[in-house]
Amino acid sequence: MTLFIEQCLNGLQFGLLLFLLAAGLTLVFGIMDLVNLAHGSLYMLGAYFAATVAAWTGNFVLAVILGVAATLVVGMALEVVVMRRLYGRDHLDHVLGTFGLILFFNEAVRLIWGPAGMSLPLPAWLLMPVEVLPGISYSAYKLSLIAVTLAVAALLYFIVMRTRIGMLIRAGASNREMVGALGVNIKLLYTLVFGLGAALAGLAGLMQAPILTVQIGMGENILILAFVVTVIGGIGSIRGSLVAALLVGFIDTLGRAYLPDMLAKVLSHNAAATAGPALSSMLIYLLMALVLIVKPEGLFSAGGR
Amino acid sequence: MKGAFTLRNGVVVLLLVWLALLPVYAHFTDDQFTLTLFTRIVIMALAAVSLNLILGYGGMMSFGHAAYLGIGGYAIGMLAHEGIYNGFIQWPVALGASALFALVIGALSLRTRGVYFIMITLAFAQMAYYVIGGIDRYGGDDGLTIYKDSQFGGLVNLNDHVTFYYVCLALLFAGVFIVWRLVNSRFGLVIQGARSNEARMRAIGFPTYRYKLLCFVIAGTMAGLSGALLANNADFISPSMMYWTRSGDLIVMVVLGGMASPFGAVFGAVALLVLEEALSGITEYWQIIMGPLLLLVVLFARGGIDGLLVQLGTWWQARQAKPGAPERVSA
Repeated sequence: MTLFIEQCLNGLQFGLLLFLLAAGLTLVFGIMDLVNLAHGSLYMLGAYFAATVAAWTGNFVLAVILGVAATLVVGMALEVVVMRRLYGRDHLDHVLGTFGLILFFNEAVRLIWGPAGMSLPLPAWLLMPVEVLPGISYSAYKLSLIAVTLAVAALLYFIVMRTRIGMLIRAGASNREMVGALGVNIKLLYTLVFGLGAALAGLAGLMQAPILTVQIGMGENILILAFVVTVIGGIGSIRGSLVAALLVGFIDTLGRAYLPDMLAKVLSHNAAATAGPALSSMLIYLLMALVLIVKPEGLFSAGGR
Repeated sequence: MKGAFTLRNGVVVLLLVWLALLPVYAHFTDDQFTLTLFTRIVIMALAAVSLNLILGYGGMMSFGHAAYLGIGGYAIGMLAHEGIYNGFIQWPVALGASALFALVIGALSLRTRGVYFIMITLAFAQMAYYVIGGIDRYGGDDGLTIYKDSQFGGLVNLNDHVTFYYVCLALLFAGVFIVWRLVNSRFGLVIQGARSNEARMRAIGFPTYRYKLLCFVIAGTMAGLSGALLANNADFISPSMMYWTRSGDLIVMVVLGGMASPFGAVFGAVALLVLEEALSGITEYWQIIMGPLLLLVVLFARGGIDGLLVQLGTWWQARQAKPGAPERVSA
């Protein structure tokens, strides 16, 4: 039971992390109609920036703040220099162009930080376990991750649904020409939205950094999971990506934890040992296939586009 | 009007002659490196040609085409690992497995379109990557060495580098021919019709889903063949041959060469892989040049190499025609 609760918390934490990535992806797609494969590169950059600041100053909180800020700046610069030229083009152009960007960013990181990878050490106050329920303790860092991502999700909801900027964002998503004609500086709005998506990706990357190592290509595998989340949730829907991210987070974590044991009860020990890991890594893709069969446009499709 | 000779056709002929005579060149200059490089190029070109069928002609933006390379390759490798070296068993299994995978993936992903299709094909290909990397019996992430090439009972000896090169080249030509015949057939016209306006094709009574699915399966099978060749070429397979960046490379080849043109994908494969080789000779960090280069191609050279050759050709012809022009003006 202890283990089960712990795994559920892991699932929640992983799901929320995926949400940060998927939200940025779906925001950029929903509003600018842009497929950004280089989203994973921004995730990687966030982690590298934070690790660098932490190495200089030794201050974890400062590393987080500056890491997010730096990714925001890189994201906005990227929008101005490259992405802006891709709007209104074929999706294939987006895929190819941003694929080129991935090559560029990976190699640039190798050039600047070297091939070895880095680590982002945690301060002492985040290292000790916290007793969440009587007799059940859980990593303070992962708990704070859950808290931070929930806060960011709430903030995002507030910005998009309750502020003027959010109103413009939603208006831009449904009819960009009209918003532009009404005198809104749509170029600036797009730069801001792309920067916001980049900052979310950077935050996700630097938050995952203390758990895994900071390395080249770290954003690529998780980006594909973020794609799965977006497809399940429905592209362009932030609410959909929250639900889908939690679903994927839980299923992936619990599947990896329990499926091999469950298989061992049905199959022979050897067969279960072989099939277990393979099958549990397939689970979320099977979920995606299932969603596609039932609702090809995702659980919460934004409709119309 | 000017006859069949255009700049583009000239370049195609030159490329074909070069590909056909390459082993002769390698033999006389003792340049094994070029032969090895071009064997790989020819194999990847076959995969790119198959992707061009669905991407260029069919408008299906598959980002998971490398999965078939892996599946074709692993079919060879797994059978070899179990002691079955007979090519008459190995190759049909490789083709069949790729076709089956394409059928399942295609049936699911063709229910969607556009960005969904890109993401879904990518996700399923990555699933195949993780699953194959998770099977310890066949080496897992570390890959698997193949100790003996496919045996064809003395018919052809794939161990011989020159023979193997010509086998690959013959299969590439066959692939280009098949795609060319397909796209000019009724079937191919339906596929191209569905690319430009699927609703209209359906309205006039074509079950476009089934047409596209069949096209997807044909392309997947051809790419599986390319995977089988890759396994025989390297005598080693690993999940990295189906990693998603490999799918990206294949898309780059198709777009760089020129979409929906019979030889475009071949141009693209040659150009990309030779460029990679050249850049990696200059600097270890060659991708820092390659990335922005791709971006520039996307932004400024949409027709790819093929389009460029056609444009250059018409420009040249217009220039040639100029001396005759004043007469028409005076009349």
